[in-house]
Amino acid sequence: MTVLVIAEHNNSELHAATLAAITAATQISDAVNLLIAGNDCSSVAKAAARVQGVSRVLLADAPAYEHQLAENVAPLVVRLAEGHTHLLMPATANGKNLMPRVAALLDVAQLSDIIAIKSTDCFLRPIYAGNVIATVQSKDSLKVVTVRATAFEPANAEGGNAAIDQVETSEDLGLCQWVRDDVTESTRPDLTQAEVVVSGGRGLGSAENFQLLEALADKLGAAIGASRAAVDAGFVSNDLQVGQTGKVVAPKLYIAVGISGAIQHLAGMKESKVIVAVNKDEDAPIFQIADYGIVGDLFDILPALSAELDRSVNRP
Amino acid sequence: MKVLVAVKRVVDYNVKVRPNGDGSDVEIANAKMSMNPFDEIAVEEAVRMKEAGTATEAVAISLGEAACQDVVRTALAMGMDRGVLVETDERLEPLTVAKLLAAIVKREQFDLVILGKQAIDDDSNQTGQMLAALLGWPQGTFASHVAVDDDRVQVTRETDTGSQTLSFQLPGVVTSDLRLNEPRYVKLPNIMKAKKKPLEKITPMELDVDISTHLAIIAVAEPTQRSGGIKVADAKELVEKLRNEARVI
Ligand SMILES: Cc1cc2nc3c(=O)[nH]c(=O)nc-3n(C[C@H](O)[C@H](O)[C@H](O)COP(=O)(O)OP(=O)(O)OC[C@H]3O[C@@H](n4cnc5c(N)ncnc54)[C@H](O)[C@@H]3O)c2cc1C
Ligand SMILES: Cc1cc2nc3c(=O)[nH]c(=O)nc-3n(C[C@H](O)[C@H](O)[C@H](O)COP(=O)(O)OP(=O)(O)OC[C@H]3O[C@@H](n4cnc5c(N)ncnc54)[C@H](O)[C@@H]3O)c2cc1C
Repeated sequence: MTVLVIAEHNNSELHAATLAAITAATQISDAVNLLIAGNDCSSVAKAAARVQGVSRVLLADAPAYEHQLAENVAPLVVRLAEGHTHLLMPATANGKNLMPRVAALLDVAQLSDIIAIKSTDCFLRPIYAGNVIATVQSKDSLKVVTVRATAFEPANAEGGNAAIDQVETSEDLGLCQWVRDDVTESTRPDLTQAEVVVSGGRGLGSAENFQLLEALADKLGAAIGASRAAVDAGFVSNDLQVGQTGKVVAPKLYIAVGISGAIQHLAGMKESKVIVAVNKDEDAPIFQIADYGIVGDLFDILPALSAELDRSVNRP
Repeated sequence: MKVLVAVKRVVDYNVKVRPNGDGSDVEIANAKMSMNPFDEIAVEEAVRMKEAGTATEAVAISLGEAACQDVVRTALAMGMDRGVLVETDERLEPLTVAKLLAAIVKREQFDLVILGKQAIDDDSNQTGQMLAALLGWPQGTFASHVAVDDDRVQVTRETDTGSQTLSFQLPGVVTSDLRLNEPRYVKLPNIMKAKKKPLEKITPMELDVDISTHLAIIAVAEPTQRSGGIKVADAKELVEKLRNEARVI
């Protein structure tokens, strides 16, 4: 049994979600190959070779793979699938875009967003916005799976020593043309990796008011998140949406400010270690899952919180 | 340009779904059912293409039991021209749905298929990508903006770091994200009119598609519940608790 993990990366760095997928892979088998498909991405392959648990790095370095277009990458993965029993990728936007295409080309089912591995063919995955956990068994000889990164500990990024094999690449198939990426610039930690996340909802009222959250996030070294309502209203960009149809996060501390706690939002954050809610409505559903709640006006509480963090200096 | 939109009948997003007594399936017998919210967005996009004159015909399709025609009728009331119901009582996996859709696309020569990015019941987020694979077509998934210019489509997609813009020649597949548009409300007269629009029924067998399953659902269970915590009086107490009790800052 050999697992092929498809790496999430940006041609210069391995994304941490890949490390979680590697952990999932090692729960299936000791033989774990890691595919780096990209352009000018040898530095990623070098980093990948040092990850513990990786037996072999497959490097597909060609212009056709630069933007992770599924039209080009899927045939590559299909070609490399032979000899593997499982194909795994983190359930990132790229993973969700690519893996169903791979599965259909191989005429097998795909399992989305697994959170645990029961056996080599049996997996747990959340459905209905995480209100139900389904145990799903695959009857296919090859399993194509996306992995929820927050559900698996990251593999150790150092200590491994895998060989790097160049694999045959292909030309751009010309089915789809990349036009541009609009990347939201941020100096904050990655939302899905941050230890502390401060999220704002409709209650913030405007994009300007998000600066109150920024101030708090600065003090805590936190990432900023948001509810769908805040994104739809244009307060912040779409890549900050936490929830069933946005990002899934599980930080040590999640602070929900002016967020009511709809199930679609909870689906993306309820695995956080400690949850804090700030809401003026004492019956807001978010309080049902919050470890610590403050009932009150966020426009009073946010500045007070920032000031309090400044004042008490006994940081650990 | 002929547009096909896939609309799934799902448990309404306001319903909290639970496992049934023996944990073999979810309990949805009397639950309110609606069109998958992402599919409403897909329908809206197709209707706007019709109104803008870029689409010549817009067809809504659902796959599943007879009651799925309800969501097709809703799509017709929103402005789609006609409907198709692929009728079966079997559970359909995304790969099977994609195969059935591919058969319909080949039969009728559609230029663009719009699907929701994910169905909010099973949360698979697969069908559109699988359909594109089976047809050998390009895919513009998680679309927040779609612009059709003659036989090319430009799609802006929501990604983990912001957005990405792609361009491809039709035919192709697009899946809708939340911010593609705001679906219109259906007006009563349009519901009446929709009843007269054609709705074809066909079976998987007639389409010559194998619908046997690749996956077995072994069990469903409730996730471990979080117990609610405490209310604190003010910012000072919160910081104290986070520092000395929870030890997370
Ligand atoms: C298909 C679908 C997918 C969805 N996916 C997601 C998703 O991925 N993520 C997501 O978040 N949502 C998602 N939603 C939306 C979800 O159902 C809710 O509508 C949304 O989460 C609400 O956002 P909110 O809590 O910010 O706004 P509201 O529900 O409007 O809550 C605002 C809260 O702010 C409080 N408030 C207002 N003013 C103040 C103040 N001055 N001080 C303190 N508190 C204040 C209010 O008491 C209220 O509780 C989805 C919905 C659908 C249908
Ligand atoms: C509790 C439970 C038990 C299950 N048991 C079984 C089982 O025993 N056997 C089995 O094989 N499967 C089973 N399933 C799987 C399930 O029936 C389907 O596989 C799943 O609902 C399809 O995935 P999705 O709709 O999330 O697809 P997605 O890929 O998320 O859907 C994306 C888009 O595809 C389109 N689409 C998808 N399906 C349809 C449709 N039917 N009609 C129209 N458009 C559609 C829509 O545009 C939708 O927005 C079970 C699921 C659950 C939740």
